[in-house]
Amino acid sequence: MALDRWVAIIFLAISLVYGFAAYNYPLLPFERNMSFLPNTMPMSLSILGVIAALVILFSPKKVADEGLGDLDLARVREFNILPTLGLVGAMVLYALLLRPIGFLTATALFIAGSSIILGERKFHVLIPIAVATAVSIWYLVQETLGIFLRPWPGFLS
Amino acid sequence: MFEGLMLGLSTALSIQNIIMVVAGCLIGTFIGMLPGLGPMSIIAIMIPVAISIGDPAAALIMLAGVYYGAIFGGSTSSILINAPGVAGTVATSFDGYPMARKGLAGKALAIAAVSSFFGGTVGVVLLFGFAPALATVALLFHSAEYFALMVVGLSAIAAFAGTGKVAKALLMTIAGLMMATVGESALFNAPRFTMGVQDLQSGFSFVTLAMAIFALPEAFHMVLDPKRSKIGDVAGGEIKGLMITKDEAKKIAPVIGRQSIQGFLIGVMPGAGATIASFLGYAVERNIAKGEDQDEFGKGSIKGLAAPETANNAACTGSFVPLLTLGIPGSGTTAILLGALIALNVAPGPRLMIDRPEIFWAVIVSMYIGNVVLLILNLPLIPYIAKVLAVPRNYLIPFILFFTLMGSYIGQNNATELLILAGLGVVATIIRFADYPLAPLLIGFILGGMLEDNFARAVNITDGVSFMWERPGTLILLIVGVGLIFLPAWRRRRAYARERALARQKGVAEGD
Repeated sequence: MALDRWVAIIFLAISLVYGFAAYNYPLLPFERNMSFLPNTMPMSLSILGVIAALVILFSPKKVADEGLGDLDLARVREFNILPTLGLVGAMVLYALLLRPIGFLTATALFIAGSSIILGERKFHVLIPIAVATAVSIWYLVQETLGIFLRPWPGFLS
Repeated sequence: MFEGLMLGLSTALSIQNIIMVVAGCLIGTFIGMLPGLGPMSIIAIMIPVAISIGDPAAALIMLAGVYYGAIFGGSTSSILINAPGVAGTVATSFDGYPMARKGLAGKALAIAAVSSFFGGTVGVVLLFGFAPALATVALLFHSAEYFALMVVGLSAIAAFAGTGKVAKALLMTIAGLMMATVGESALFNAPRFTMGVQDLQSGFSFVTLAMAIFALPEAFHMVLDPKRSKIGDVAGGEIKGLMITKDEAKKIAPVIGRQSIQGFLIGVMPGAGATIASFLGYAVERNIAKGEDQDEFGKGSIKGLAAPETANNAACTGSFVPLLTLGIPGSGTTAILLGALIALNVAPGPRLMIDRPEIFWAVIVSMYIGNVVLLILNLPLIPYIAKVLAVPRNYLIPFILFFTLMGSYIGQNNATELLILAGLGVVATIIRFADYPLAPLLIGFILGGMLEDNFARAVNITDGVSFMWERPGTLILLIVGVGLIFLPAWRRRRAYARERALARQKGVAEGD
């Protein structure tokens, strides 16, 4: 089955769960008398969602792929899936480490790490760029704009 | 009126003030490029600096420079890396980014700058002439009409509903509307659908969602498919055709003309603002365009880029009508400017024009000077800004990822937001591979909250949905909106059927 149908099936499930949650939404006593309830729109959305998903599931296969050459699924085997997963992993690590190890270290490690994942090996260029970016963005955001970003690990600041 | 204009000019045009506006434009442009810092936050950040200047005219002139600079900076990140940091520039990326991918980044930025400039110019002219009259019309708009206006805004999704994609575009819009219901809303008393996650109480953040569904899939796709990033490298390496040719100017001139007026009028209505103006401008121009021009929308059409850029700038100027004449801030940015004005001891409202005409006119003139200076400053900078794309892939992709992370972190100061960003980014990439258009999701998300609030208010006031046909304004807008959503699909289907019939006839003829 084509990927777009799988997405439609998943969306169908999400719509049903969402609709169920909307139907069982606990209304406050005074809300019951209002004409428009907090779950009025969600319930209608879930119905529309189910209909749209079913239309996609049961519509005949597309006539022809038009002008979508840039998203070629047939070449999936040639795709660099591992580096991409590596980058997603780096983002998750950045999210988890940003507070504990501080903005400067986390950012420099993130930029250097993701460049290495992409195949960069010129460390003498890479490391200065990563550190300079981290310091200059921190300076711009915290010192110039006044938005707090903890620069160092928690136990140091 | 001309006396007022002269008064404003003499207040605004001093060497000190011109330095202020130049500084404001530069600061606004550079900070505005960071996704997550839109005009609203940059102006908020600059208010203490502005107040310390002391002179209201000088302070306002600087803020006007920051404002226009920030809007241009926002368009820059939309066009170059598909990362719209502000809702008003989402429509800019629909055609701006495809243009950049074709190697036309410089031209795209130039068109954005020029159309913004003209949008702002026409806006200021209209502001001169009609501000007081328009303010009274704006008050005639009630929640019912606002609801209908949002429906018209949603019609921008039609641009992404290609053959066999209508249901997909609708499904994505519904997904966006569903996401908009998560968290607390203005009208209801308890957060909805947060699944017990504390961080979702205030709902999904716009910046996180915009980064996750526009910038991240693009960056991931560049990694997944080396051929795609090669296209990017080549295109970024040689930035060609910065100048807008005569033919192109002829093509976009009518678009700019129409959208400056339409955008301004939408901007005048409090609450509608630049975002709706840009989506509507895009939808309307796409419907007006014919044949090849129409097919080009979404693939790098200059009309599709000029329309939202003109409209959002004209709307920004339009939003000053209710602020200056009624003291009502129609958008987040004007609300912050209102705060700045009050801090500078100027109270906007009906009496401003009579009591302190020099301030009233200085605000308008300084808006315009901001607009002019931005054009003069940024046109020569464009080739350098566009060079961003020439950065080697091994560095460009980490930087794009880092800026998306920063964008969603600065807004919320919350590390969970970054996990949501990464998760949504992966989901969006898969959905994109499944050939679903992602822009409708964001359009639905942006308009969803306003749509529900206004609809709920209208229903609660009239105790039913009769307002849809009883209020002529609402009825007309709704018919236009539904027409704009379904007309293009119907037209395309008819054209396809005709083509098939023709082919069949030909086949029969050849068979004979």
